[in-house]
Amino acid sequence: MSQTTLKRGSVAIVGAAESDLGQVAPDMSPVDLMAQATMRALDDCGLKLSDIDGVFAACTQLSMTTSDVCEYLGIQPKYQDSTRIGGSAFMSLLAHAQLALQSGLCSVALITYGSTQRSMTRALASPRENFHYETIYRLRSPVGAYAMAASRHMHQYGTTRDQIAEVAVSARKWALLNPRAWEKDPLTIEDVKKARPVSSPFTVRDCCLVNDGGGAIIVTTAERAKSLKSKPVYVLGVGECMSHRNISNMPDLTVSGAAISGPQAYAMAGVKSSDVKVLGLYDAFTINPILFLEDLGFCPKGEGGRFVEGGRIAPGGQLAVNTSGGGLSYCHPGMYGLMILIEVTRQVRGDAGARQVKGADIGIAHGNGGVLSTQCTAILGSEATV
Amino acid sequence: MATDNTAVSMQMNEIKSSPLNTYIEYCKKGQLAYQFSLDDNKPVFYPRVVAPKSGSRNLEWRVSKGLGTVYATTTTTDLARDKPVYNVCLIDIDEGFRMMSRIEDIPSDAVKIGMRVTMRMHPGGEKTPPYPVFVPVEHAK
Repeated sequence: MSQTTLKRGSVAIVGAAESDLGQVAPDMSPVDLMAQATMRALDDCGLKLSDIDGVFAACTQLSMTTSDVCEYLGIQPKYQDSTRIGGSAFMSLLAHAQLALQSGLCSVALITYGSTQRSMTRALASPRENFHYETIYRLRSPVGAYAMAASRHMHQYGTTRDQIAEVAVSARKWALLNPRAWEKDPLTIEDVKKARPVSSPFTVRDCCLVNDGGGAIIVTTAERAKSLKSKPVYVLGVGECMSHRNISNMPDLTVSGAAISGPQAYAMAGVKSSDVKVLGLYDAFTINPILFLEDLGFCPKGEGGRFVEGGRIAPGGQLAVNTSGGGLSYCHPGMYGLMILIEVTRQVRGDAGARQVKGADIGIAHGNGGVLSTQCTAILGSEATV
Repeated sequence: MATDNTAVSMQMNEIKSSPLNTYIEYCKKGQLAYQFSLDDNKPVFYPRVVAPKSGSRNLEWRVSKGLGTVYATTTTTDLARDKPVYNVCLIDIDEGFRMMSRIEDIPSDAVKIGMRVTMRMHPGGEKTPPYPVFVPVEHAK
């Protein structure tokens, strides 16, 4: 995506909503959840279903996702896109929606996601793909890939088990402020370390939840956004990087593609990391926020572990990260990227209730897909920042 | 006269053995094979029909000496939780490529990043072809 074509602030997120989350009613389909979230997001901004002429969706359970969404909702779209690059797809789809809206290919874009992976099991919702050179070693994917990235970070930079565990503890503290979060009980560093081992150094508490859930956002041009009832949240910058597909082909396990997608997004937005007040960093596993804080410029490479110590990214800390409770404690329905966009939108609007970050006028929503394979960064801002 | 379309198609096509099957044939001979791009002067792994970036089709199969260094490692709990844990790691092979494998002969939690290791061909099983695993160099002596 060329950041010279996309214009800072040309489009805005005007509606944002979750579907039912956690464990949904028996035999709900992913598209049931998308439809529920879509109507909630439309209610949020006052637009109607008939206003949607661009449909952007991705879902592991539906190989022709936009066809399913359009049939179900009765939309004949002028433009559609089912990009599938894992959990970061929704930041990428936001960039694609921006391009389509700017070009006049559509005027109101829906971006939606749904999953019933908790109800139907992850094995069925996201079937494993065979790659002989890895499959034969029975890597537990994706967790084993992230665990190896953690092993390398610990070896190379002296990052400790306690520092990694603190990421989960901070996420849990935020989740306790979010009534929609799955996890309801406090968590300590010792709890994380003593939990059931999965793939060292990770226990189950270092891993994201396996939930049902979905969401929707409505995106339109800056001009149209001004006439709607909701407070627009502008897309200031976007960036994306695809560094590999399989973990054995990741060039350096301690440097993610966020080191490329982040600077692209900053350059387009004309902002620096120090301008960002709230962060949504895709926390599929506890090592992720550590890598992304480094790669997005919040601390030097290798310092991420020390950076998160002492509650720095927890409520009341110096930097608000994953205020919903994240994929670790709020909700992780398989491809979590859209849920990050929804939370950062709420924060920038000032609508985040007990977990609202004061003065959160600029936020980062950073998506991760595969095994650190695809990294997409979106920078969102309030009207005052445009 | 009936035509054997499969045979005709095979004759017309350029590639007679997939990169994966060629790799496995070497494994069956006890050898860890990789490709070397003669145009790029670089190793290529996993095996492909063209070299990444350059697109060169001038790929030569070579056999590795099987020596490498552990780059990253994890101890994996089996999905069936009552089964033993096992190692999965990434190894930087001396010829200049990285691959996934596991270290055998020592407990998985004794596998350390930076450890020197040497290849041993695992015989595979009924449905699994032979595949390379590694043991510590010290242990192999």
